[in-house]
Amino acid sequence: MRATIWGCRGTLASPGPETVRYGGQTSCIAVDTDEDSLLILDAGTGIRRFGMSLDGRRPKRVDLLITHLHTDHIEGLRFFGPFWDPEVEFRIWGPPSPTKGLEQRLAPFFSPPYFPVHMRNVPSRPSFQEVPDAPWTIGAVTVSAALVKHPGPAVGYRVEDGGGALAYLPDHEPGLGTDLDAADETWISGLGVAHGAELLIHDGQYTVPEYDQRVGWGHSSTPDAVRFAERARAGRLVLFHHDPLHTDDDLEAILAEAERLATSVEVELGHEGRIFEL
Amino acid sequence: MADDSGQHELILILARDLTSRLATPAFVVDADGTLAYFNEAAEPVLGARYAETGELPAGGWASEWNPRDPSGEPVPLEQLPLGIAFREGRPAHLPLRIMGGDGIERDIEVTAFPLCARADEILGAIAIFWERAGS
Repeated sequence: MRATIWGCRGTLASPGPETVRYGGQTSCIAVDTDEDSLLILDAGTGIRRFGMSLDGRRPKRVDLLITHLHTDHIEGLRFFGPFWDPEVEFRIWGPPSPTKGLEQRLAPFFSPPYFPVHMRNVPSRPSFQEVPDAPWTIGAVTVSAALVKHPGPAVGYRVEDGGGALAYLPDHEPGLGTDLDAADETWISGLGVAHGAELLIHDGQYTVPEYDQRVGWGHSSTPDAVRFAERARAGRLVLFHHDPLHTDDDLEAILAEAERLATSVEVELGHEGRIFEL
Repeated sequence: MADDSGQHELILILARDLTSRLATPAFVVDADGTLAYFNEAAEPVLGARYAETGELPAGGWASEWNPRDPSGEPVPLEQLPLGIAFREGRPAHLPLRIMGGDGIERDIEVTAFPLCARADEILGAIAIFWERAGS
């Protein structure tokens, strides 16, 4: 399995000279499965460049796994080439809601006054599926999902094949109300999908002073991201969902702090173009 | 979205997080009615500590505290407020008499309500309760 980061910024796209090393595009990861299909985690602005990188390649099927419907995770979809290809079988997966179906919740984003084209007129005629309770297969990989701590319905994903497991929890606040050092593993949000993953891509948006001002906003401090990764016994932690106000230098200071705290997990900063081979 | 790792549902994790910070005695069960948690405020009323009790199946906790109505008649699980909440998916209230784990009998009021992440799926229930004055 091969995974490529196309966007790792949180909340708001933030391109510019101060973010050039780690990138300013919002969440998007492409997972290579087979020649004819695409598996994508989130449709932040990074998905636009991923679509451009296909360079004329026309997939038969696209499976887009959306963690939740906050704008930074869906805003790039409208500018993703295969979405406008009538020959593509386009499936959108997302979290269940207590009230409305996935299509009902996404469709307003694709309608006036926010956008000129209605979802029902999108050429690929996407289908919408709320993630099932049990793991399911997409091509050669097995996917599982679990609701995680973040405001509103939000899930984390685990994607695995014979070679390894990737866990993706870009927006996650497991330390909210939970002592991550002391809590039993079964009581830690998201640990089920992250457990033992070779690669854990996880929210690391805030420094400790920032987190103290934003408790309950749905994101993790650096120490909580490291603690969560170590409780999950992940092999490698990729800090993700970088705050839009953090410059490259700020992020490198966060990485230094994470490396100081980590005792059993390798840590790195997510950056656009980073490729992982599992 | 349960998985096979033994991980609790997020709704239960949030319920535990919330009730662990309440001064109101509270008791949380999962979809099967298994006692998942009771908070520190509940311990003096139940005469027991969660750290010692741990998780108990529905039949276990329903008999552990020997719940009866105010006249002393036993109340079966399906008629207890929590039993109604997790089995039928509706709120319920009842005055009860229980025997604490410390051997002291107490009259309490119990209100329970179901936890539903989706309209068609009951993930558990919470009961809040309090000791009646003068009991």
